[in-house]
Amino acid sequence: MAKNFKLIRSLLYVPGNMPSMLQNIPIFDCDGVIIDLEDAVPINEKDAARILVKSFLKIFHDRKQLIFIRINPIDSKWWYEDLKAVLPEKPDGIRLPKADTPEIVERLDTVLTEFEEELGFEIGHFKIIPSIESALGVINSIKIARSSKRVIALAFGAEDYTASMEIERTKSGEELFHARTRVVWAAKAAGIQAIDTIFADVSDMDGLRKETELIKKLGFTGKSLVNPRQIDVVHDVFAPSKEEIEYALQVVEAIERAREMGTGVVSLNGKMVDAPVVRRAVRVLKTAYSLGLIDEDIDEEVIYGEE
Amino acid sequence: MVKNSLGRIIPESFNGKKLIPYKDPYSLMPKGKRAEKSLKRVGPGHKKLLKSLKDAILAAGLKDGMTISTHHHLRNGDYLLNMIIKEIDELGIRGIKIASSSIHPVHAALIPYIEKGVIAGFECGVNGPIGELVSKGELKCPVTVRTHGGRARSVIEGDVEIDVAFIAAPTCDEYGNINGYFGPSACGSLGYAHTDAMYAKTVIAVTDNLVEYPVSPISIPQTLIDYVVTVDKLGDPEKIVSTTTRITKDPVGLIIAKYAAEVIEASGLLKNGFSFQTGSGGISLAVAENVKNKMIEKKIKGSFGCGGITGYFVEMLEAGLFNVLFDVQCFDLKAVQSIGKNMNHIEISADMYANPFNCGAVVNKLDAVILGATEVDVNFNVNVNTESNGYLLHNTGGHSDTAAGAKLAIIVAPSIRGRLPIIRDEVTTITTPGETVDVIVTERGIAVNDKHEDLKKELIKRKLPVKDISELQKEIYAITGRPKPLDFEDEVVALIEYRDGSIIDVVRKVKE
Repeated sequence: MAKNFKLIRSLLYVPGNMPSMLQNIPIFDCDGVIIDLEDAVPINEKDAARILVKSFLKIFHDRKQLIFIRINPIDSKWWYEDLKAVLPEKPDGIRLPKADTPEIVERLDTVLTEFEEELGFEIGHFKIIPSIESALGVINSIKIARSSKRVIALAFGAEDYTASMEIERTKSGEELFHARTRVVWAAKAAGIQAIDTIFADVSDMDGLRKETELIKKLGFTGKSLVNPRQIDVVHDVFAPSKEEIEYALQVVEAIERAREMGTGVVSLNGKMVDAPVVRRAVRVLKTAYSLGLIDEDIDEEVIYGEE
Repeated sequence: MVKNSLGRIIPESFNGKKLIPYKDPYSLMPKGKRAEKSLKRVGPGHKKLLKSLKDAILAAGLKDGMTISTHHHLRNGDYLLNMIIKEIDELGIRGIKIASSSIHPVHAALIPYIEKGVIAGFECGVNGPIGELVSKGELKCPVTVRTHGGRARSVIEGDVEIDVAFIAAPTCDEYGNINGYFGPSACGSLGYAHTDAMYAKTVIAVTDNLVEYPVSPISIPQTLIDYVVTVDKLGDPEKIVSTTTRITKDPVGLIIAKYAAEVIEASGLLKNGFSFQTGSGGISLAVAENVKNKMIEKKIKGSFGCGGITGYFVEMLEAGLFNVLFDVQCFDLKAVQSIGKNMNHIEISADMYANPFNCGAVVNKLDAVILGATEVDVNFNVNVNTESNGYLLHNTGGHSDTAAGAKLAIIVAPSIRGRLPIIRDEVTTITTPGETVDVIVTERGIAVNDKHEDLKKELIKRKLPVKDISELQKEIYAITGRPKPLDFEDEVVALIEYRDGSIIDVVRKVKE
């Protein structure tokens, strides 16, 4: 996973039917955006939103962030039209709602391949982030995570999940603990990223910080956001500490030294540095670089060697 | 018609007065001496307290064609100017010129008196409906827009002679000692009224809070006041706070504010002794919040904050982040409360604040100032006077004064307002010349004036989105399209005077 590392700490939802918000996408410092054609768009605006998003993507070439489109669910009548409208403008991928089973993801995978062939894009260009947002989805999460090579992350959606469980969602979020853990396990086991649900209260930055600290401890590497003001808090929580950065730099230096000396064995402060330690160090430094905490990005070829 | 150094075509004279075309921000030197005022003698037992505004107007000897002034510290809650004009009309006086520090939407009540000929011109900027009607050519009433410092200069220089100054006095005694700190219409600093009190031929204090002699503390002293009059109510304190005084929650505004604070830090000015001015708008306050946090983090003790003062600046003063506040006008009630009790919250006149023709204005000691804009152009010129439809809707305030004085003048503005791009080929009206503007900060990028190559390099080093201003404009135009130029008639309806008295631009009648 580290080889093509693309950090997704923050995935910002942007309604697909609001031009003023779409035009601001480039200015936000999030790792990715989810342009929503699903819940944010009323039924009578589905067509208009598709056209708007298509037009926006057409002029938006200099993309710093990952662009995912949340299409309508595959059991709805809109999803295919959504894909037809937006895929020619080459977004990075699809946020798939209500991904309850691996079969749903497999179906999308097949359709995406058809589009890639037709459009002349590289096969596998379009990635998928399935949303686990039901009891069934939680149970199937490991299968869903492994259902397609396109799946680069699992996202957890608490609103629909709590509805499917017939329970209330609370701010403290105890009711989500089991599902969150299952989603993280599935993602880790599949070697992909895990992205937590939104924090709905956009004025409660302390609450957002607390929740992000919690999910970071569980193993999530990113969070879905509903307001750009939440980006800084989430990035701050996911930012590595000074000590972590220093240690990671030492690990990388040791690896580089070892490569120069032509040896595969590396030790640091008397301890062997093995692959998991290196992977963690690389992740820390990539994150630190993207946050501007260190000046230079690391050269992964030096770390992992050329393929 | 002549062309000034910025290429603006201005008439050789306006309203019977010969004009000086703008050349540059600093070279114009004053000639002559300060304006004079007659000596007066008031003996023991003399009573200044008169029964009514009408009596005061008569006592002042106001006649057709004379000039009066008021101050705008009560802003959109001001009742006084409307009351005065009503009395003047009833006395049958005509052709009065108004040289107030500013006119607000509440003064739309003056429109019938302009139509009637009671009012014949404004020697001051106008906010709101009067300016709009002037721009449409519906009111034949010439306007000269001045900066805060420029207005003080024009009065001190004798360019504008005030025959009668009416000072709204929130607290006053019968002998004319005034402060703005207390009373039902308390507005805090009376910074704009000081110069009027010093130089007007006759000065009338109007109060709704007459207290026993002597007022304490004294802001404007009895030695300058001819008459005292009481009225039921000077204004509406709720509307004194007429501008946004809360930090923006708009994510776009917050990005702009973050960049602006980074620019200040990158400039190297944010160190002990730092001096700062910002407005009361949501983005400006968000910049102040970011600057405050940086000051706390770096343990920086600033020298002074100045300009229109908000509760936000008061908090910074009380937290020890600045030694003093120089207050020419209070922007909210927290600032009003502070100025009456904190020795380090200092009331200053508009002269001390920003007049270019004295021995040194406070703006010259400013490190950084945050300013807004309706439009900017690729030469960094800024418009704050006219809206993009061409109507004169805003006064200049301290915009050009602080831009000229501060080491770092930063314009903060969203790149798109409504559907209109902020960066134009040419602004509709030049308020502040580009040569005094250092950086323009939008959410889509930061444009640095070429004179600051070092700052540009530092910002790039800090990974901030520095862009050439034309590149930034192109990027914004890609979203908004290129706006169509406005159509104007040849008729000049208002002058935009630079702070030194030269004419930087004019406002022409909008073609319907």
